[in-house]
Amino acid sequence: MTAGRNTLQRWGATPVARALLALLFMLAIGCMFNAEGSFFRWSVHRDMLRQVSTFGILACGMTVVIITAGIDLSVSSILALAAVCFAWLTLPASWPAALAIPVVLTVGLALGSLSGALVARMRLQPFIVTLAMMVFARGLAKVISGGRKITNYVTDPDGTAHVVDLPRAFGTIDSRVLGGNLSIVTIVFLACVLATWVLLSRLRAGRYLYAVGGNQEAARLAGVPIRRTLILAYAYSGLLSAVAGICQAAQETQGDPETGMGYELDAIAMVVIGGTTLSGGKGSVVLTLIGVLTIGYLQKILSLNAAPEATRLMLTGAIIICAVLFQRGRGT
Amino acid sequence: MPQAAPRSTTTDPIVAMRAIRKSFGTVEVLHGVDFTVLPGEVHVLAGENGAGKSTLIKILAGVYDHFSGEVSVGGRPRRLATPQEAVRAGIATIHQELSLVPTMSVADNLFLGRERHGRIGQVDFAAQEAEATRILDDMRLEISPRQLVAELPLSSQQLLEIARALTRDAQLLIFDEPTSALQEHEIASLFARIHDLRRRGCGIVYITHKMEEIYRLADRITVLRDGVVVGTATPDALPPAELVRWMVGRQLAAGRERVEAPSSETVLEVASVTVAHPTVRERRVVDGVSFALRQGEVLGLAGLQGAGTSELLHALFGALGVRASVRARLNGEPFQPRDPRSAVERGVLLLTNDRKACGLAPDLSVTHNVSLASLERFSGAGGWLRRREERSTVSRLTEELRIRVPSLDAPVQTLSGGNQQKVLLARCLLPQPRVLLLDEPTRGIDVGAKADIYELMRGWVAAGIAIVLITSEMEELLASSDRILVLHRGRVAAELTRAAATRELVLAAAMGHASGAGAVS
Repeated sequence: MTAGRNTLQRWGATPVARALLALLFMLAIGCMFNAEGSFFRWSVHRDMLRQVSTFGILACGMTVVIITAGIDLSVSSILALAAVCFAWLTLPASWPAALAIPVVLTVGLALGSLSGALVARMRLQPFIVTLAMMVFARGLAKVISGGRKITNYVTDPDGTAHVVDLPRAFGTIDSRVLGGNLSIVTIVFLACVLATWVLLSRLRAGRYLYAVGGNQEAARLAGVPIRRTLILAYAYSGLLSAVAGICQAAQETQGDPETGMGYELDAIAMVVIGGTTLSGGKGSVVLTLIGVLTIGYLQKILSLNAAPEATRLMLTGAIIICAVLFQRGRGT
Repeated sequence: MPQAAPRSTTTDPIVAMRAIRKSFGTVEVLHGVDFTVLPGEVHVLAGENGAGKSTLIKILAGVYDHFSGEVSVGGRPRRLATPQEAVRAGIATIHQELSLVPTMSVADNLFLGRERHGRIGQVDFAAQEAEATRILDDMRLEISPRQLVAELPLSSQQLLEIARALTRDAQLLIFDEPTSALQEHEIASLFARIHDLRRRGCGIVYITHKMEEIYRLADRITVLRDGVVVGTATPDALPPAELVRWMVGRQLAAGRERVEAPSSETVLEVASVTVAHPTVRERRVVDGVSFALRQGEVLGLAGLQGAGTSELLHALFGALGVRASVRARLNGEPFQPRDPRSAVERGVLLLTNDRKACGLAPDLSVTHNVSLASLERFSGAGGWLRRREERSTVSRLTEELRIRVPSLDAPVQTLSGGNQQKVLLARCLLPQPRVLLLDEPTRGIDVGAKADIYELMRGWVAAGIAIVLITSEMEELLASSDRILVLHRGRVAAELTRAAATRELVLAAAMGHASGAGAVS
């Protein structure tokens, strides 16, 4: 009996339990401010899932980087670059999507690896490196797109314009399965969660990521390949940013070089609200999944209740602080 | 409880703690401890790690708010709820980890938080510097008040911290293992300052694991075991063997009785190791050291600060990168480790002397810390981990090393110092090493764990592992080494056999006075 209670108490103190409590709290708020019952409709939850998926994909990569005690500010720009590349390759260049997707993913992987290499080999601070990459990738996106949105309204070299058909891939990515209940983007997000979980808790590389974040010098002296591990983290984040970029392009049916501004901050907030700490060496993608849902519901509840944007921003800021304080718990 | 009127005799304690109880969660770690410090005494607080010394000290330093019992300072009960209140009550702690700001000057540090200032609030640097000079003279510290703290050796920083405590009129100074990073001559000057403090009538609480220091310093010794005071005695009344019995509640085997002679097969043949100074390139910290390490032997490395012993081990482990050049043969094949990874692959493992900074990943579990250097062994294609095999192997090893853990999944930072050290040792053993480089394997751990580690070492040596051992505790060095290599300023000053080695010979060689005395080869 007491043993049972102790087990429960101990479980209640785990990060996952705390994150779940924060999520339940958010759901309770939703039930209270249910906007005349609309919070109880399935479609609201379905839409929420669809809306957070792109952010969630970024947050998965961000989790891996944050576990190494780093940060990746470039995710939003790589997302935009990937969206632009994908749109450009499939629309004006009319490549098949099956060919365009691997190319775009390679671009994301390459830029992420470059950030990782600068962090690992040049020993530059992740904040600075990825800040520079954020600016650089945004510029590259504008160069490729000529500063305009790339749509299916294509201008030929001779100045005439015509409309090309949107490739099927756009529709497929933006579609829903299971009777319209689960969107493909959400499936992609969940697949990213699964892949990240495998990386972090089932692969040797994952163990190295935690060790490098927990104590880099200790990891080095234990024979952990520090550089390779750091490069892997940023490359993975770059890859997932490209995945998110393709989803974004499909959802917007265009490649907008201005898209995704500020998404990196949402992704960081989701990771942190889940309970993964910025100091590194701790956390998990399961926590991030819960964090993504918590923020997703917060946004949904605010929009259902028609809160003005100013209020929404202020509340979001306040709730991030509360959630992190709650995660940290008392007495630590 | 009404307080008795303060008595006016001079032997009134500076601090009296009565019936102190302290719990963390549901676990009580102090079960009603009484502890007093008189003016002008050095009161050594002894006990194994986990006995409750740190907790008791932290209560005095105002770190813990919630405890039961009574603390009186100067005869009156005081509530020391925050570190600031403790400082105001005249209690200063000289921490193992120093609390100076390295990027600020000596004077700025001395007056940090209590700057001397002029009429409009501007800092009066001239006055501060003048006063700092006086204080430094007082401490016999030959440094300029303008020097940056980061540029000072650790020993001077520590004395500076004492100076700072004195400028704040500290009546009680708490020293928590102050000598763990100091060399013999620095220890002597620290002890001289402690004697000065005693003469001024300050009370001193001194925590140490070094037997020798206890008997050099103590006026009284209080021994804690499992959160209870075993007793308080003067050093005369408490000989070392008895003290150890108080601490651990059992008798410890002294020294190492070796039966089998080391086999003659050479494992590691070091032709030359040279290490450059980290900032002054042309200076050499290790300068052409060579030696041979035989299978199943313990080679002790001795040397004072700056002798390059630790750097020698790090160079052999490939941890110094381009600073080091190593020419050596391991099992007859060339051995030039580029990085720790390549050393680990060849079966050469290093135990670092700073488990906090470069040994453990504190948030990782015991299992993950132990297996960190051997993950290749536990993973298959694509790096997929065989977690069950990993767990059972680690579990067997923790039992073998008698590591006491609440659970193999517990974060390693929740373990006591001795058990953390054993976790690190387990990490070094798991890849089945041929050569173990042990840099201060018993630093900052309790007597029981020390004995355990030396007993384990005997087993490894018997199993054919060769060990290079650095320890700053001379008794341990003499008892454990088959041969002792003494370094002086990066060069081999003497090589002593087990039979020939004495404390005096080692020290003389280390200080550069050997002139061939006792050197054999």
